[in-house]
Amino acid sequence: MPIIIRANMPPGKSFLWRGRKEVMKKGHIRVMLGNEACVEAALLAGCRFFAGYPITPATEILEVMSRRLPLVDGLCLQMEDEIAAVVAIVGASWGGTKAMTATSGPGFCLMQEGIGLAVAVEAPCVIVNVQRGGPASGQSTSTAQGDFYQARYGSNGDYSLIVLCPSTAQEMFDHTVKAFNLSERFRIPVIILSDEVVGHIREKVFIPEADELKFVQRKTPTVPMAEFIPFKADTDGVPFMPTFNTGYRVPVISQAKSLSGNRGNAKEADENIRRIVAKVEDHIEEFADVQVYGDKNAETAFVTFGSVCRAARSAVDMGRERGLALRSVEVKTVWPFPDHLVRRALAGAERIVVAEMNLGMIQREVERVIRQPKIKIELFSKIGGIYPQPQEFLRFLEEKR
Amino acid sequence: MNPLGEKYLRKDFLPFVFCPGCGDGMIVQAFLQAVDDLGIRDDLALTAGIGCSSWIAVYIHADVLKVLHGRAIPAAIGLKATNPSRKVVTFTGDGDCLAIGGNHLLHAARRNIDMTVVVVNNQLYAMTGGQVAPSTKVGSKTQTTPYGNIEKPLDGCKVAIAAGATMVSRWSTAQPRQLIRAFKKALNHKGFAFIEVMSQCPVQTGRYMLGSGSPQFNFQWLKDNCVIIDDPSKSGEVEAQGKIPLGDFLQVEKPEFMEEVQRMNQRVKEAQAKGGDR
Repeated sequence: MPIIIRANMPPGKSFLWRGRKEVMKKGHIRVMLGNEACVEAALLAGCRFFAGYPITPATEILEVMSRRLPLVDGLCLQMEDEIAAVVAIVGASWGGTKAMTATSGPGFCLMQEGIGLAVAVEAPCVIVNVQRGGPASGQSTSTAQGDFYQARYGSNGDYSLIVLCPSTAQEMFDHTVKAFNLSERFRIPVIILSDEVVGHIREKVFIPEADELKFVQRKTPTVPMAEFIPFKADTDGVPFMPTFNTGYRVPVISQAKSLSGNRGNAKEADENIRRIVAKVEDHIEEFADVQVYGDKNAETAFVTFGSVCRAARSAVDMGRERGLALRSVEVKTVWPFPDHLVRRALAGAERIVVAEMNLGMIQREVERVIRQPKIKIELFSKIGGIYPQPQEFLRFLEEKR
Repeated sequence: MNPLGEKYLRKDFLPFVFCPGCGDGMIVQAFLQAVDDLGIRDDLALTAGIGCSSWIAVYIHADVLKVLHGRAIPAAIGLKATNPSRKVVTFTGDGDCLAIGGNHLLHAARRNIDMTVVVVNNQLYAMTGGQVAPSTKVGSKTQTTPYGNIEKPLDGCKVAIAAGATMVSRWSTAQPRQLIRAFKKALNHKGFAFIEVMSQCPVQTGRYMLGSGSPQFNFQWLKDNCVIIDDPSKSGEVEAQGKIPLGDFLQVEKPEFMEEVQRMNQRVKEAQAKGGDR
């Protein structure tokens, strides 16, 4: 059992992690795995159905869910494969329950069709990918960030969804609450793109009392069935979502659909697809999150996401001790890519080094956003399951100059 | 319109996608008759996959979740798990259920979760234009077995029984009364019910496999090639003659999954309240 420390947060003071603006008042601190923090947050957010399949390094989420959900009248199912897991949570979502699944690379491949399904039937749900090496079976126990594009573009057709990247056990907790809220808000699958380091790190997590957190619920229809048009959106692009067996007799098909839910003609399909993309992309300012650590005006900037943020912070601290001004731009919501926030966070930077555990993925997004002929977007890349050491960041700066 | 259709069809979605002579309309009618007799409309939660027969669900004015090819059963599990009082029924086809969705069938049957799976068997993939399916007989010519099918077919009912289903029946569209009765039994059955319906497809099975696209011919083919048996142990004899056995093959009572879940949750919570471990 994790150690439980009761703590009352001093009002007006940020307690746990630097740069955090909101202040939690009541809660407690526990030392736990990133994967356990994810479960803790999901249960607080109201998740009562989990379907999964064992896979390293995400298995602890399934294991802890199987222990915890029965205690709150929920259900944790170990399914026959990841396809069944993701489709079951889509069913549970239309059944009126907040639902989640968790996996890693090979399982995430299998889930892609289900992610597209969740998008098409507009079923709020949360999908955790604790990344490991790839391709195929890759390196099951090692960390990687190679699923950056898969998380966004893995399913067929045009669509949009939100992908969050935690870098600490605390962020596994915070992002999970946020993921449920955003999924309910936009009726989309929200992906938590974690990685082995974050899933398996054991560190302090501040767990606020439930009444200190804000939880979002999907909008349900208020008009009677006769007046209800299943896929007619509200002004924000999100339609009202009835729960099955509440009298709405709603047709939910996985095809591009008309407002009534039937197969759409070309015009209706066009409108349907544009709406499900726009309902997310048009509201990016509601959820986009990019943080800057270190000297906000430093000429040299790292761009990082996920667990690499941790090593980059240490590198910034080490640089400061050596009289080297550095900033680390941490992209927390990687999809839709927050162009404007990244551009702002990198303003004035003359040297930009993207650090990631793949052969250059977020690098391409940064290149797209920062179009200045004088600035080359350099890549500090680690693959093979080796987590970068802070010293290596500084060595990279010296050697590549 | 037929009064059942008037009462239960999603009329703004008509006309059906089904081809003239298709058996799916007959299955819609038999199912609606069963629903009407039992008066369970408000409890219905329907799921379906991809293929002609999966569209059956969409025309029924109830809550319907039509998902991806082969995945109707996991979607049904999600719906059942979140509200066990639902009458969850899955409409699927032989390709949808036995090929791409075969794994899900095995494991749902194994759990004995309370749901009904209606598999409409037309012996090939019809919506995509008549390709070989796991249910296609050896020797049959289809668009992807132009020289005759060399693979042995899979018997969905036997698979369901072996996997742990607790109610298994096979009827054809030529026995509407038995079919209605089987639907009613399945909807009242506490556990995993598997109902296979042999159905005519004049446009694909008829034209390419059986030699005639005439609906009468194809309906007569079902009558001639399906044999009703009272004793499931006689199915071997029927199959040996190259015919398809029909009947109610199995109905037993076994612990149902959602009831077991509720019992487990109760037990765990009581143990926790006493401060003990599980």
